[in-house]
Amino acid sequence: MLPKSRGTLSAAVFTALQSGATGRLESAPESEEDAQIALWALYELHYRGFDEVDPDLEWDPDLLRVRRTLERSFEAELRARWEQSPLHEDSELGLTGLVDSHDGPSLARFVQRRADREQVLELLQHRSLYHLKETDPTSWVVPRLEARPKAALMEILFDEYGGGDPNRLHHHLFRRGLEAAGLRSDHACYVDEAPVEILAMNNAQSLFGLHRQLRAAALGHFAVFESTSSVPSRQLAQGLRRLEFPEELAAYYDEHVEADAVHEQVAVRDVCGAFLDEEPSERDHLLFGAFTCLDLEARYARAMLTRWGAS
Amino acid sequence: MTDFEHASVVLCPAGPMLLRGKHEIQDADGKIHRTVRPVSAVCMCGGSAIKPWCDGTHRLLAARARDNDETPG
Ligand code: FES
Ligand SMILES: [Fe+2]
Ligand SMILES: [Fe+2]
Repeated sequence: MLPKSRGTLSAAVFTALQSGATGRLESAPESEEDAQIALWALYELHYRGFDEVDPDLEWDPDLLRVRRTLERSFEAELRARWEQSPLHEDSELGLTGLVDSHDGPSLARFVQRRADREQVLELLQHRSLYHLKETDPTSWVVPRLEARPKAALMEILFDEYGGGDPNRLHHHLFRRGLEAAGLRSDHACYVDEAPVEILAMNNAQSLFGLHRQLRAAALGHFAVFESTSSVPSRQLAQGLRRLEFPEELAAYYDEHVEADAVHEQVAVRDVCGAFLDEEPSERDHLLFGAFTCLDLEARYARAMLTRWGAS
Repeated sequence: MTDFEHASVVLCPAGPMLLRGKHEIQDADGKIHRTVRPVSAVCMCGGSAIKPWCDGTHRLLAARARDNDETPG
């Protein structure tokens, strides 16, 4: 099902998606929410689509024109955030240095120690937008890489996708966890609950994944995502057990403690390291993607902690 | 084109040991742990809560060591 519109542009885009009459669309959004939800739905055409939308519209030139306009201003905004960051000044900084030097509030620590059930349920709904298509945006990048980074990325993706066993596939594990907790688990079923910060995180991954010229940003984003997962996953699992959520849900995070301790090493050394050996001029793009991952996560964490009166 | 270096056992600086492929690891108590992933990370810092596997704790230990170094006196 298409999400609810959040302004005039998204309303017009969703109407056009349903009717197929895409010719007269303007592309000026009313607000960030309006832009992000429209962009999210346009990207979704490339993942699972919507029952009520003709699959042929995935490559409709008028929709692509709107998408491109939204993407250009979104990317410019993300780049401005990176260029304004003090971390951008440090020309020596590598991926690990970036992760160590960036500090943002931690939702995982809050869940571990203090969050209540309602807050965790809200968080799970928000996170489900990504976890139910976990890794998919990164998979777009594979055909654009040379042998070494490609083989290394596939080593990780194979593990994310369960190593050939659908029961171990990560987005399936999350689905099982949601169901055990009494939540809905269909692809993107909580999109209407997602705040704009979550939509932006989701859209940044699709933006980086779908554009060959942003492949370095996609890899940097992915490596940071994997590198900032093991310890927070352990904190989340502890918080879920403290609040007596079902084991299936905690097991999803247990799996990520162990898996991402591996993925981090392979992503930083063998994917990004090998990629930069081959394409050294892509360094700034890679760090841009890496920073964006940290920055958008921190922005979301600040928004939630403020909302919960916990900052 | 020459072949690439591709080790099956990799020692990560200040981090775990990566094992590629299938292995059976005997821990200090004699218990056997089988690898289940294409690559596995074995804890080398001693701090992991899920030994023999790495759980990222080595990073916290390194950060703590850095902080202690920075504390004057
Ligand atoms: S080496 Fe990673 S936790 Fe010990
Ligand atoms: Fe995963
Ligand atoms: Fe992972």
